[in-house]
Amino acid sequence: MAIKSAPRVRVPAQAKAGEIIEIKTLISHEMESGQRKDAAGKTVPRDIINTFEASFNGKPFFKAEWFPSISANPFQSFFYKARESGEFTFSWKDDAGAEQKSTAKLTVA
Amino acid sequence: MTLHVDAPLFATRRRALQLAGVAALAAVLAPRMSLATEAQVAEEMKKLFGSKAMDEGKVKLDVPEIAENGLVVPINIDVDSPMTDADFVKSVHVFADGNPLPQVVTYHFTPESGKASASTRMRLAQTQNVIAVAEMSSGALFSTRAQVKVTIGGCGG
Repeated sequence: MAIKSAPRVRVPAQAKAGEIIEIKTLISHEMESGQRKDAAGKTVPRDIINTFEASFNGKPFFKAEWFPSISANPFQSFFYKARESGEFTFSWKDDAGAEQKSTAKLTVA
Repeated sequence: MTLHVDAPLFATRRRALQLAGVAALAAVLAPRMSLATEAQVAEEMKKLFGSKAMDEGKVKLDVPEIAENGLVVPINIDVDSPMTDADFVKSVHVFADGNPLPQVVTYHFTPESGKASASTRMRLAQTQNVIAVAEMSSGALFSTRAQVKVTIGGCGG
């Protein structure tokens, strides 16, 4: 199953310079582990989101490599130290080669 | 008289059926999956880190002691580090020694992260140890482990 719905991202809109902010993300995906068998006894092929990456103004700062042990509809939270205003880009890539992106703006006062 | 003869016969037949039932159930359950072992986790770590020494401490692994549902087990890792350009956490590898595959997640941090901390949710097939290994920018390794008791395994089926 490919990535089917828009991911949800929670980022504060504003931050002070030097403030460490928390970012929370959630995306819908079966995260088919490749361990399950269907009714006919055939192994359901693996299809997971294997990479999640977060960038700020084009510069990657956090990356997660997910394995089949990650739950369906994967949730990920992490941190970023705010320095300047700009835009976050979040990207999810799955085994089928599908990529989903999301962006969020941050204003540093 | 017939009752006398029949009764024990009946009993043994019931017993035989029970045993057959148990055997059939075991046959169904057994080949379902092969689970990783502690040795496999050790092997995986050797591939990543060679035979470099690992220290305790610095890494905080937050997992529930008892997970009622193995399909969704919250996990939070937090590594003690100033996260400056000179001294930061490069990566954190999380393993589970009782899942079909030993790896769970690998995080890559940068000084821009501000804090080497991340949370997600994982599947655990059975009661097992979760192990986190942090690699610092200096190359030093720190690890910690925690056992999670799983009531209902989270591994398809």
